[in-house]
Amino acid sequence: MMKTVNLWALGLIALPMSAQAQTEISWWHAMTGANSEVVEKIASDFNASQSEYKVMPVFKGTYPETLNAGIAAFRAGQAPDIIQVFDVGTGVMMGAQGAIKPVAEVLSEAGFEFDKSQYLPGIVGYYSSPEGEMLSFPYNSSSPILYYNKDIFEKAGLDVNTPPTTWAEVWAAARQIKESGAATCGYTSTWLTWIHTENFAAWNNLSWASNENGLAGNPELAINAPNFVNHFQTLADLAKEGVFVYGGRTSEAKQNFTSGECGILTESSGGLGDIVKSGMNYGIGQLPYDDTAEGAPQNTTPGGASLWVMGGKSDEVYKGVGTFFNYLSQTEVQQYLHEQSGYLPVTLAAYEATKASGFYETNPAREVPILQMSGKAPTANSKGVRAPNLPQLRDIQNEEYENMLSGQQTAEQALNNAVERGNAAIREATGG
Amino acid sequence: MRRTVFPHKLLPWLLLAPQLAITLIFFYWPAAQAFRQSVLREDPFGLSSQFVGLANFRKVLNDPAYLNALQVTVVFSVLVAFFALGIALFLAVQAEKIIRGKGLYRTMMIWPYAVAPAIAGMLWLFMFNPSFGTLAWPLRQLGINWNPLLDGEQAMALVVAAATWKQISYNFLFFVAGLQAIPKSLLEAAAIDGASRRHAFWTIVFPLLAPTTFFLLVVNTVYALFDTFGIIHAVTGGGPGRSTETLVYKVYNDGFVNLIMGDSAAQSVILMVIVIALTAFQFRFIEKRVHYG
Repeated sequence: MMKTVNLWALGLIALPMSAQAQTEISWWHAMTGANSEVVEKIASDFNASQSEYKVMPVFKGTYPETLNAGIAAFRAGQAPDIIQVFDVGTGVMMGAQGAIKPVAEVLSEAGFEFDKSQYLPGIVGYYSSPEGEMLSFPYNSSSPILYYNKDIFEKAGLDVNTPPTTWAEVWAAARQIKESGAATCGYTSTWLTWIHTENFAAWNNLSWASNENGLAGNPELAINAPNFVNHFQTLADLAKEGVFVYGGRTSEAKQNFTSGECGILTESSGGLGDIVKSGMNYGIGQLPYDDTAEGAPQNTTPGGASLWVMGGKSDEVYKGVGTFFNYLSQTEVQQYLHEQSGYLPVTLAAYEATKASGFYETNPAREVPILQMSGKAPTANSKGVRAPNLPQLRDIQNEEYENMLSGQQTAEQALNNAVERGNAAIREATGG
Repeated sequence: MRRTVFPHKLLPWLLLAPQLAITLIFFYWPAAQAFRQSVLREDPFGLSSQFVGLANFRKVLNDPAYLNALQVTVVFSVLVAFFALGIALFLAVQAEKIIRGKGLYRTMMIWPYAVAPAIAGMLWLFMFNPSFGTLAWPLRQLGINWNPLLDGEQAMALVVAAATWKQISYNFLFFVAGLQAIPKSLLEAAAIDGASRRHAFWTIVFPLLAPTTFFLLVVNTVYALFDTFGIIHAVTGGGPGRSTETLVYKVYNDGFVNLIMGDSAAQSVILMVIVIALTAFQFRFIEKRVHYG
C-alpha cells in the first residue's frame, strides 16, 4: 500500500516537470476513419521530429459538433490551441475577432517566412480576410466532381469514356439511363446547397451574392437569377419523372450511387474513398457546367475544413503552433496527406511533386478537382462564398428545395423564398 | 401519534445535500443560465453581448417557423401518446390470455425499451430509407410512392412509428401490472351476469386501469416532447422542409447549428413554461376525474 502512495507522489512531482520540458498543443478535429489515422500519423511524426512541442489531436465528433465544442470551450475559458472548422463555419470564425489569431501572424511570429504565392491560390483566397491576410490553415480541401457508373452507361448505350460535361448533357444521359431501363434512376446529387448553389454559381461565373459573394462585406443573396431558376426547375421536373432522385441534405445520395440505383452522381472529391471501397466500375469527370452561362466553366470553390488558432494563448504555444503548421506545409507531408486522404494538397510544390511521382497517371481522378479549382484565375463570383450565418442559409435553402422537389412550389418560388428568408436572416445576424 | 424528533439539526441537511446539490447544479443553474441568455443578444463566442429585454421572445413568437414547430409537436405528441398507449394496452390484454410461455412473451415485449432512441431511429431508417430500406422496396412494389425524404406526411409517420415502437414496452409493463391488480372476482361476477368480454373490458377493466393510464399519459407526453430528439435527429433531421421539426429540435437547430443563442434560449424558456403548465394542468384537472379504486 505504502508503495502505491509513494509512486503516486512521485508521479505528481514528475508531471509538471515533463510539462515544462515540452509544450503541449491541443488540436481538436472532426476526422473519422482513414482520415483520422492521417491526423494521428501527422501528429506523431511531428512529435518525433523535434522535442520541444507535443501536438495532441483530440477527436470531437462531426464538424458542427467540433465547432460547438470549441465555442463552448472558449466561453468557459478552456479553448483548445488548434481547432478544425469546416468551410461553412469559416464566416462564424472570421466574425469572432479576438477569439482567434490569424495563421499568417502565428507563422511570421514563430520566425517562419510566410510566402502566400507558394499555396494554391483558390484555397488560400478562401481562407483569407478581405485584406488578403491568411486567417486559417487549409488542412483538408475538396471540390465537387462528377462520378458515373460505367456498367450502367454501357447498358444504356452511352459512351463509357466520355462523361457528360454540361448540365444539358447530364439531363440527356440521365433520361437515356432511365428510359433504356439501365437503372431506375438517372442522376442523383449530394449537397444541393454546396454543389448546385454555391459551386453552380462559381463554376458558371454567376453571382451567389453581392459584395463578392460576401467576401468583401455583408452579402445580399442573388440565387434567384434566371440561370439558377432554370437549373432548379429542370431538377424539379426530372424529380417528378423519377430521372433525378433526391437523397438528402448532405452526402446521403452517395448510397444511391454505390448501390447501383443511379447512374450519375455529383459529389465531393473527398467522397472518392467510399466509391472505391464499393468496388464498382466508375468513371470521373469535372463538375458539369451550364452552357447557357457566359464564361462557363470558370473555377470551383473549396469545401472541406481548415485549422484555426484560438486567441489568448502563451507565446510559447503560438511558437509551437507555427512550427507545426510549417511542418504541415512541407512537401512530403502535404503529398502524404493528399495521396492518403484524397483531399487536395495546399502548396504548389506538393502538387508538382505528386505530379512528378506519376501518381496522377495511375489515379487521374485525383487531379480533376485541382484542375477544376485552379484552372482559371478566380473572379469576384468564384473566390468562394461567405456569410456570418452560412449554416442557417443552407438550412433555409434545403427547406425550400425540398418543398420544391415534392411539388409544393416552383423553382422560382423556392429561390425567391430562399433569397428573401436568407437576406432577412443575414440582416438579423449582422444586427442590421 | 408520537412525533419523531431527531436530535441533530445538521444531519438531515447533510443527508439532503447530495440531492440538493444535484438539483441546483443540473436544474436550477442551467435554467437560470437559459433565462439570462434569453434576454441577451450575443455572438456565438460571447465576445459582445447586449441586453435586449423581451425582444428575443417577441421574435420567436412572431416567427412562422416557430408556430409550425408548435403544430408539429402537438400532432407528433398526440399521435405517439395515442398509439403507444393503445397498442400497449391491446398487447397487455392479449398477454393476459396466454397460458403457456407468458414469461417469455413478456420479456420479448419489454426488450425494445433497452434500445437507445438514436439507435431505434437508425433501425427504422434502415428499414424504410427509400434507397436502401429493406421494407421500402415492397412498399413501392405495392404501388405506394414511398419517399419520406420529400413527403412530409410519410416522414412524420416514420418518426411517429419509431417513437411509438420504443415506448410500447414501457407502457406494456405498466399495463400488465395494472391488469394484475384488478380483482378477478369482479370479472367473474360480470361473466356470471352474462356480460360479453368486450363489455366487461370497457365497463370494468378500462375504468379500473384509469390511474395507470393517467400516469402513462403524463409520462408519454413528456417522452414525446423531450426524449424523442434522438429519433428525429437520426431519421429526418427535422425535414423535409420543416415537417418534422418539433419544438425541442428547433431549440437544438437554432442554438447549436445556426448558433443563434438568444432565440434558442428564449425557446427553451417557453418550453419550460409549457411543461410546467402541462404538468400542473394534468395533475389539477385530469387527476380529479381519475377513479383510484
